[in-house]
Amino acid sequence: MPWIVENLWLIAFLPFLAAGISALMPRAQKKASSGIVIFAMALSLLLSLKAGGYLLKAGSSHETLHLVRNFDWLPYGDTVIRLGFLLDPLSAMMLFVVSFVSLLVFIFSLGYMDHDENFTRFFTFLSLFAGSMLALVIANSLLLLFMAWELVGLSSYLLIGFWYQKPSAAAAMKKAFITTRIGDLGFFIGLLWFHYASGTSLFYDQGQGALDPTKLSILGGSAALWISLLVFCGAVGKSGQFPLHVWLPDAMEGPTPVSALIHAATMVAAGVFLVGRMYPVFEINPTALEVVAFVGAFTALFAATIAVAQWDIKRILAYSTVSQLGYMMMGLGVGGYVSGLFHLFTHAFFKALLFLGSGSIIHACHHEQDIRKMGGLKDRMSRTFVCYMIGMFALSGVPLFAGFFSKDEILLDALHFHPANLPHFASRIPIVFGLIGAFLTAFYMMRQVKYVFFGSPRDHGAQHAHESGSPMTLPLIFLALMAVATGFLGWPGHSWFHHFMEPAAEAHPTNLYLMLGSIAIVLIALGVSAFVYSGEALRAGAVDPLEARFASLFRVLNNKYYIDEFYEKTFVLFTRTFSRIIVRFDRYILNGFFVWGSALIVYGLSLVNQLIDEAAINRGFDKGCRSVRTGSQWNRWIQNGLSQHYLKITSLAIVILFLLALFIGRT
Amino acid sequence: MVTLTHYLVLAAVVFCIGLAGVLTRRNAIMVLVGLEMMLNAGNINLVAFWRYLGSQAMSGQMFAIFAIAVAGAEAAVGLALLIAVYRHFRNVSVEEISSLKG
Repeated sequence: MPWIVENLWLIAFLPFLAAGISALMPRAQKKASSGIVIFAMALSLLLSLKAGGYLLKAGSSHETLHLVRNFDWLPYGDTVIRLGFLLDPLSAMMLFVVSFVSLLVFIFSLGYMDHDENFTRFFTFLSLFAGSMLALVIANSLLLLFMAWELVGLSSYLLIGFWYQKPSAAAAMKKAFITTRIGDLGFFIGLLWFHYASGTSLFYDQGQGALDPTKLSILGGSAALWISLLVFCGAVGKSGQFPLHVWLPDAMEGPTPVSALIHAATMVAAGVFLVGRMYPVFEINPTALEVVAFVGAFTALFAATIAVAQWDIKRILAYSTVSQLGYMMMGLGVGGYVSGLFHLFTHAFFKALLFLGSGSIIHACHHEQDIRKMGGLKDRMSRTFVCYMIGMFALSGVPLFAGFFSKDEILLDALHFHPANLPHFASRIPIVFGLIGAFLTAFYMMRQVKYVFFGSPRDHGAQHAHESGSPMTLPLIFLALMAVATGFLGWPGHSWFHHFMEPAAEAHPTNLYLMLGSIAIVLIALGVSAFVYSGEALRAGAVDPLEARFASLFRVLNNKYYIDEFYEKTFVLFTRTFSRIIVRFDRYILNGFFVWGSALIVYGLSLVNQLIDEAAINRGFDKGCRSVRTGSQWNRWIQNGLSQHYLKITSLAIVILFLLALFIGRT
Repeated sequence: MVTLTHYLVLAAVVFCIGLAGVLTRRNAIMVLVGLEMMLNAGNINLVAFWRYLGSQAMSGQMFAIFAIAVAGAEAAVGLALLIAVYRHFRNVSVEEISSLKG
C-alpha cells in the first residue's frame, strides 16, 4: 500500500493535535498558538497535495480510483464495525479545497482577530473545525463520516457563538445547531438503514464495500430511494437548502473568517459532498436525484431573490451561498456529478474570497456591516477592491472567471435533463430557475459592489477606512488568483477536472447557444444593476430604487418571505406549547402524585426508624459517652495548665520518693 | 559551737520557706523571689559542706558563685518573661495564666 494512503489519517490528525495543544496554552500565548495551528495546517496542505499528486501519477486505471485503508473499530458479538480512510478523486479534490482555504483563512484571521482577547480560543476552534472537516472528507464509512459531520457541526456552533456575549450570536448558534440537527436525524436513520441493507458501513472495501457494484446491486429500488432521501435530509440541513436554510444567514453573527471558511467554502459544501459521495445510491432510483434537482433549483432561485433586498453585506453573501449551494445540488440532481462538484470546487475559492473581502471591509469600517453606510471605498481600499471585483465577477459568471465555467456546466447538464418519468415542462424547471437565478446573482452582486465601493462615503466609518494589513490582503490575492485560475481546469469540451473526477464518463458536448445566452443574461443583469444603482441612488439617505418602485415586494424579500416568522408561529410555537403541556404533566401528575406520594411514604417509614434509633441506639451510645466523660474529668484535673499545680505535684512526688528512699535505706 | 548540722537545718528552713512561697503566692514576682530563696538555700549547703569537709580546693565556693550567676541570669529572663506576659494578659497572677495559647 502506498505511503500516502497508509498515512492519510495524518491529514486530519495534525489539525486535531494542533487544536489540542492550542487549547492547553495560556490566553496570552497568541503567537505560539496561532503558529502551531498554522504550521499543522500547512503540513496538512502538503500531505493533501501529495495525496492528489499520487492519484494523478497513478493514472486512471479503475482499481486505483478508490484507495482505502480500513481498520477494525468496534467488535461486538461475531461482527466487527470497521472504519477506514479513503483516497479517491472526490476526497483528493475536497482535501485540496479544505486545506488550502483553511490555511488562507487562518492567515487572514491573524490580522482580523488581532485585537480579540480570546484569540487563542479562536484558533483552537478553527483548528478543531479543520481537523473534523478533513476527517469528514477522507472518511471511508458513513459512520465515520457522520461522526466528523457532527464534529464540524459542533465547531460551527462554537464559532458562530464565538462572541457569545452578544445575545444575537448566542441565539444564532443555537438556531444553527438545532436546525441542522433536524436534518441530521434523517441522516442518522438513513445511516442505520444503509448499514442494515448493505451489511457494512464501509464505502469501498476491495469489492465488498457498500458502494462497490456487487453490494449496490443487492439494494432494492425503494430501499435505495428512502436511504437517499434520508441522507439527503442531512445534506439539506447542512448545506442550507430550503426549507432548512434559515440558520445559514443567521450564522453570519460569527466572526467573518468563520463565515468565509465554514459557512461559505467548506462545511456548508459538506452536504453537496455527501450527495456526491453517496451518488451511486442516488443513481439507483431516478426519483431520488429528481428530488435533489428540484430542491436545489428552487433554493437557487429562492435565495437569490432574497439576496436582492438585503442590506447587510454578509447576509447578501450568505443568501448568495445558499443560492449557489442550490446550484450545486441542482447540478448533482440533473445528473451532472462532475459539474455539481466542479461548482463546489470553484465556489469555495471565490466565495471565501468574497467573504474575506467583506471581512477586510468590515474591519476597515469599524465593524459596520450595513452597505447603506459604506460607499466610496474604491480608492481607499484599492487592493481589496480589485480582489473583491474578481470574486464578484467569478460569482456572477462573467466569462473567463471561474464561476462562469462551473455554472455553465451545471446549466448544460440541466439542459440535458430529460427523465422518463417526468412531463416535459417539469424537466425544464431546473434550467429555467437556473437562468433566472443567474440573472439575479449578477444583479445583486453588482448592487452590493456599487453600494460598497462606488459613490461617496455615507458614514464616518467609511470615511476613515483604510487598506487592511498584509496578513489580510495576501490571502485575498491568493484567492483572487484561484478564482480566476480554477475555471480553466474545466474548459468546456476539454475539461481536465472532468477527466480527473470521472475518467470513464463523457461530458455533454458544449452548447454554444446556451453559453452565449447565459453570457448575455449575466451582462444584461450587470448593466441593469449598474444603471439602477448609480447617481441619485447612492446618495446618503436615498431609498433603494427597487424599494421605491416595488415597495411591497421589496418588503417581502427584505423580510425573507417571512419564513422565520412563519416558523416562529408554527413549529416553534407548537414545540413551546407542547413542552408547556409536558411541564404541566411533570409538575402535577409526576411531581404531584408520584413524587409527593412516594415522599410521604418514605417520610412515614423514617419516623418509625427515628423511634427505633432514639430508643435503642441513642441510649446505648449515651451510656458509653458518660463513662468516657467521667474518666476524662480526672485527667483534666491533673493537666489544668497552672504551673504552681504542677510544681505541687512534683514536690509531693519528691517527698514521697525521699520517704521511700529513707525506708528502703534503713532495711 | 556552730556545727555543720546548724547550717544544714538553716538551709532546709530557707528552702522550705522558698518552696512555700513558690507554691502559695499568686503574684508571679513573689514566686520568682521564692525561687531565689530556694537557690540560695542550695548555696548555703555548698559552702557549708566545703568548709566542714575540709577540702583544699575552692570547689564549694566556685559552685556557689556559679549558682549566683545562673540565678541572676534566670531572674533576668524570668522578669523579662513576666513583662511580656503582663503586656499580653494585663496580669501576672499565676492562677490566671493557665493556657499556652495567646
